Amino acid sequence: MDRIPILKLRDLLLVSIQVDMHDRLAMQLQDELTVKISETGARGVLIDISSLDIVDSFIGRMIANIAAMARVLDAETVVVGMQPAVAITLVELGLNLPGVRTALNVDKGMALLESATRDVEDLPDEDARHTE
Amino acid sequence: MSAATDAVIPRILKTYEAELLDEWLREQLSTLRAGSKISESELRNQSREFMNLLQQATQGGNVTDVQGPSYGRVRDMLGDVSRSRGIQGFSPSETATFVFSLKRPLFSLIRKELATDAESLATVTWSASELLDKLGLYTTEVYQKRREEVITRQQQELLELSTPVVKLWDGILALPMIGTLDSARTQIVMESLLQRIVETGADIAIIDITGVPTVDTLTAQHLLKTVTAARLMGADCIISGIRPQIAQTIVHLGVDLGAVITKATLADAFRRALEMTGQRERVLKARG
Repeated sequence: MDRIPILKLRDLLLVSIQVDMHDRLAMQLQDELTVKISETGARGVLIDISSLDIVDSFIGRMIANIAAMARVLDAETVVVGMQPAVAITLVELGLNLPGVRTALNVDKGMALLESATRDVEDLPDEDARHTE
Repeated sequence: MSAATDAVIPRILKTYEAELLDEWLREQLSTLRAGSKISESELRNQSREFMNLLQQATQGGNVTDVQGPSYGRVRDMLGDVSRSRGIQGFSPSETATFVFSLKRPLFSLIRKELATDAESLATVTWSASELLDKLGLYTTEVYQKRREEVITRQQQELLELSTPVVKLWDGILALPMIGTLDSARTQIVMESLLQRIVETGADIAIIDITGVPTVDTLTAQHLLKTVTAARLMGADCIISGIRPQIAQTIVHLGVDLGAVITKATLADAFRRALEMTGQRERVLKARG
C-alpha cells in the first residue's frame, strides 16, 4: 500500500504528495504527521501538493485539518505548489482554507517557514506570538 | 399539384425570358431610384444572371424545393447578392425586394398565359409565389447569418482582449479588467491569471478594476473567488482602481473585502507590491 513519506529536515518536516490522494491515505497522513510532529518537536511543516491534480471536498478539508492540528502542536504549516485547477476547485467547493499558509513553490515555502519560525523564536515574551 | 401546372412556370421563364427581364428591371428601377446605392448596370447584370440561373434551375420541373441540388447555383448567386448589398448598405427588406419584385411581372405573364383556365391559374400563381417567397427569404437568411458571424467573432475578440495578464516587475503581475464581469468571463480571467502565476512564479497579482463599470454582489463574489484561489496557490492579490461609487456600492451591498488589500489606483497598488516584495529600496536606488 502507498505511503506518503515524511522527511525531517532540521526542525522542519517535509511532506511531498506524489501519488493520487485517496481518503484512507489522507487519514493515514494525518495520523503519522501528528505523531511525527510531537516526536520530533518540529517547528514547521511543509506540504508540497504540486503533483496533486484532483481534489475533492474531503481532501480539501483534510489539508485544512492537518494544518489546524499542526498549529495545535505548535508547528506552522505551509502548503506549496497548488495547481490552478485545484485552487479553483477548492474555491468553488467553498473551502478557502483559512489559516493555512501557502506559497508558490518549495523554495518560497521554506523561506516563509523560516521567517515564521524565526519570528517566534526572536520574540521575548509569549503574548506577542498571537500577532501573526 | 399535377405535372401540367408544374411545367407552366419553367415554360414561361424560358419562353418570355427577355420580356420578363425588361418588366422586372423597370419594376426595380422605379423603386430603387430614390436611394440609388447600386448602379443601373450592376442591377441589370444581377437581374440577368438571376433570371438565367432561375430558368435553368426550374427546367427540371422542380418549383418547390429551393434547398434541392438544382437550386445550388441560384442560392450561391443570391448569397453573393445579399453579401454585396449588405456591404453597400442595403437593409434586409430592400435586398429581399430584389426577388419579390419579380412577382408582378411573372404573375401578369402567368395570367396572360392561363387566361382561360381559372383553376390552374390559381395553382400556378400560388406555386410561383411560394417559390419567390422562399428565394426572397433566403437572401434575408444569408444576411442574418453574416450578421451573426460578425457578432460571434466580435464576442470572441472581446473575450481575448479582456484578459491580458501583464508582468509589471519581477514577481508582480497585473490584470487590468475591462467591461462587465459575468461568470463565463471571470472563469477565463481566473484561469489565465492563475496560469500566469504558475508560469512566472509571481508573488503578487494586482487586479485593476478601473475598467469595470459596475460592481454587484455577483461581481464582488467572483473577485473574491479569484483572490482566494490565488492565495491558495501562494500568491497575494491587491485589488486596485476602485472608484468612489464602487466603494459606496460595495459597502452598501455588505460585501466583505476586509481580507483583501485594496488600493485606489494601480500606482498605489504597485508601490505596495514593491514594498511587499522588498524591492522598493532597490527601485529607488536604481532611479538615483
